[in-house]
Amino acid sequence: MNRISRLLLRREAGILVMIALFCLAVGAVKPHFLTLDSLQIVLLLVPLTLMGAMGQMMVIVARHVDLSIGSILGLTAMASGMMFRYHPEVWWPLGFVLSIGIGALLGLANGAVVTFFRLPAIIVTLGTLNLYRGLTFIMSNAKQIDRQYVPVELKAMSQTSPIFGIPWIILMSFAVALATYYFVMHTRIGRQIYALGSNPVAAPLRGIDVTKVTLLVFTLSGALSGLAGIMYASRWGFVNPSNTGAGFEFQVIAAVVIGGVSINGGVGAVLGTALGVLLLGCVAAALPLLGIPGTTQNAIYGAVILAALLIDRLVRRQGQRGAAIRGAA
Amino acid sequence: MSEPTVTSAPLLSARGIAKQFAGVEVLTDVDLDLMPGEIHALLGENGAGKSTFAKIVAGVHRPTRGSLTLIGRAVEVSNPIVAQKLGITLIHQEPISFPDLTVAENLVLGRHAGAPLARVPWAQMTRDARKLMDLLGVAIDVTQTMRGLSIADQQMVEIARALASDSRVIIMDEPTAPLTPKEVATLFAIARRLRDEGRTLIFISHRLEEVRELCDRVTIFRDGRKIATEGIRDLDDAAIIRQMIGRPLKEYMHKPGVALGDVALKVTNLTSPGLFRDIGFEVRKGEIVGLGGLVGAGRTDVARALFGVAPAASGAIEIHGKPAVIADPTDAIRLGLAFVPEDRAVAGIFRTLPVEQNITAAAPGRIAPNGFIRRAVERALARESVASLRIRLATLRQPIGELSGGNQQKAILARWLLTDPSILILDEPTRGIDIGVKAEFYDQIGALAAGGRAILRISSELPELLALCDRVLVMSEGRLTANLPRGLATPETIMRAAVPRSAERGAA
Repeated sequence: MNRISRLLLRREAGILVMIALFCLAVGAVKPHFLTLDSLQIVLLLVPLTLMGAMGQMMVIVARHVDLSIGSILGLTAMASGMMFRYHPEVWWPLGFVLSIGIGALLGLANGAVVTFFRLPAIIVTLGTLNLYRGLTFIMSNAKQIDRQYVPVELKAMSQTSPIFGIPWIILMSFAVALATYYFVMHTRIGRQIYALGSNPVAAPLRGIDVTKVTLLVFTLSGALSGLAGIMYASRWGFVNPSNTGAGFEFQVIAAVVIGGVSINGGVGAVLGTALGVLLLGCVAAALPLLGIPGTTQNAIYGAVILAALLIDRLVRRQGQRGAAIRGAA
Repeated sequence: MSEPTVTSAPLLSARGIAKQFAGVEVLTDVDLDLMPGEIHALLGENGAGKSTFAKIVAGVHRPTRGSLTLIGRAVEVSNPIVAQKLGITLIHQEPISFPDLTVAENLVLGRHAGAPLARVPWAQMTRDARKLMDLLGVAIDVTQTMRGLSIADQQMVEIARALASDSRVIIMDEPTAPLTPKEVATLFAIARRLRDEGRTLIFISHRLEEVRELCDRVTIFRDGRKIATEGIRDLDDAAIIRQMIGRPLKEYMHKPGVALGDVALKVTNLTSPGLFRDIGFEVRKGEIVGLGGLVGAGRTDVARALFGVAPAASGAIEIHGKPAVIADPTDAIRLGLAFVPEDRAVAGIFRTLPVEQNITAAAPGRIAPNGFIRRAVERALARESVASLRIRLATLRQPIGELSGGNQQKAILARWLLTDPSILILDEPTRGIDIGVKAEFYDQIGALAAGGRAILRISSELPELLALCDRVLVMSEGRLTANLPRGLATPETIMRAAVPRSAERGAA
């Protein structure tokens, strides 16, 4: 229809092609990979990443980055886990309120430091990555929350399905993606995120409250990491102070960047990000199936991400910059 | 007043507007009345205060003193958003927009109030944007991102934005500099229509012929003061120039005669596909050769090719009579070339480094003979340069970004002089620097030539080309269209050669 949607379409089509090629290649070696079973495995790997990626996408579109999401996931999962353990009398869904609420606060703290002290987000969130992880150790006394403490109903959300055999956790992550889509594409404040990231100098000149938008994206990123935190407890049934959420930021940022969100801000879409998450999910599901030892998986995972970025760059090779100035009068 | 559309009550009145930057007064007590339905030119040299005045009207700067009255009501234009609400829009030469957003979104952004979660009416927005484009009579796909648009189209979008918010005062700061003649014609047609609707347009330009073609009245600035406001028909070009520069044209054009030496730089058939073709010229020792033409004619590309930044595909370069191969700037520096680039902010200075390091950056051999920098030598060289070029600064350790534009420019010149170049290429060396420094700069360039250096000097300003140069080369659309000795170089001959043949509008 018009040029941008065509461009975006191509970008997203490109990731789809990469996913298809990857799956076919793996399927050629292990035909089992192309069955519904492994689709289920892939889909169960992605929901947490998808939730985190929606928040991260907004942060990166606004020309920031949030490295602390893995630690927020860990801290919020631990907070609910401790509530479940020490106050089993409390109605379990309050774990959602607790995790999301704490996540939002931690995110808000990130945003506040970034915007009020004018510090680069990469440094601030690198700091809070360690700070929040450390707080998790302190509050849990470095003790894991074991399976028996996590409510059965919560764990069931990752196994039982209200409809079409799709577990709650997957539906929930899709709902997050759809809500994010509506928010960034169809609300005033959502569009201001793009405007801010596209030209931070012009944004205040056009009446955009830069402080508000910055606080908002970090808060949302934190809240979604909090949601991913409680769902981690649901999915895996335990919370470990050092492992839970470790490396989450890496997966999420990789997915977001593969999904076409520009690190320079202003550009990025929900569909592309979701496909980026899916591609990483396929890779994560395929590696054990191919019998690649755990020691090698990390390296391959990293290599695949670099390859995806390189392919994308080579395919697009857009040199549209500096087009405009022609002869003058 | 001869213009029928100008009525007696001013739309916007400025009284005693003054502005200081860091204690330096750049604008002094300007009174100006702008009438509804007029196109009002602000003329003056760079740094004369016209842009500062415009920015005060548009809320970009707050005045230090003075007041603004809009239709009889005192107004405080404290920021651009207030200006927008009052119906005052400033259109920058290079429009400020959101490159990743669509044209339609750029048009409405910041205009619609409403709840933060209010739904964005995409369909309506697109329809309205199309309507505005149709109104302006320009074919721009409003669903395209701004990034893909030419500068001319981006300006049109800015004008559309002014219309969308029903601006009564539209200020255009050198809008025509990056435009083609055809685009200028479109812009002017639209400007006239807006005037006929009763809006006030402020038009800032260096180009007299454009001002004459478009404007009803003109206000001339010099050294931060308003010199005169007159109907454009009441002033001839000579009078305007005299008021702009404060002395007659003749006096402005002075250059001590210097005996020319051997050919220092000879270029034959230099070609870089898509940028320039068959460029050939000579520069002698002691000679200042001007390279004129419109922005985008390929002048900077030639300079970059000579200096090895982007070497030409074919053609020959001779330095002091010997064939030279210049594949990168290191070759050029070794052969005695120096290049002061046009955009010092991007290509010239190391903003956060101290002045002294900026000055010595191109002469590593002199400050670090064995690979280790000798601070005493570095400091001594820098101090010498600062004294000889009269660079004004607090200390040598000061980051160069803190100096004024003119002093930054001098520091870059100093840098290249330290390499003791025999051939000096200056690309728009006086752009954006104030008049006093400019005059000094002219003197220094003259002195350099008198010292036997060959100087190739790119400039878009006719008076500069005419004033300083022994010979003027003119480029148009990648070709050399004129090689005029001093006697034959006039504004007319230069402009005639500069305007592309295919699109000549009878500029002269």
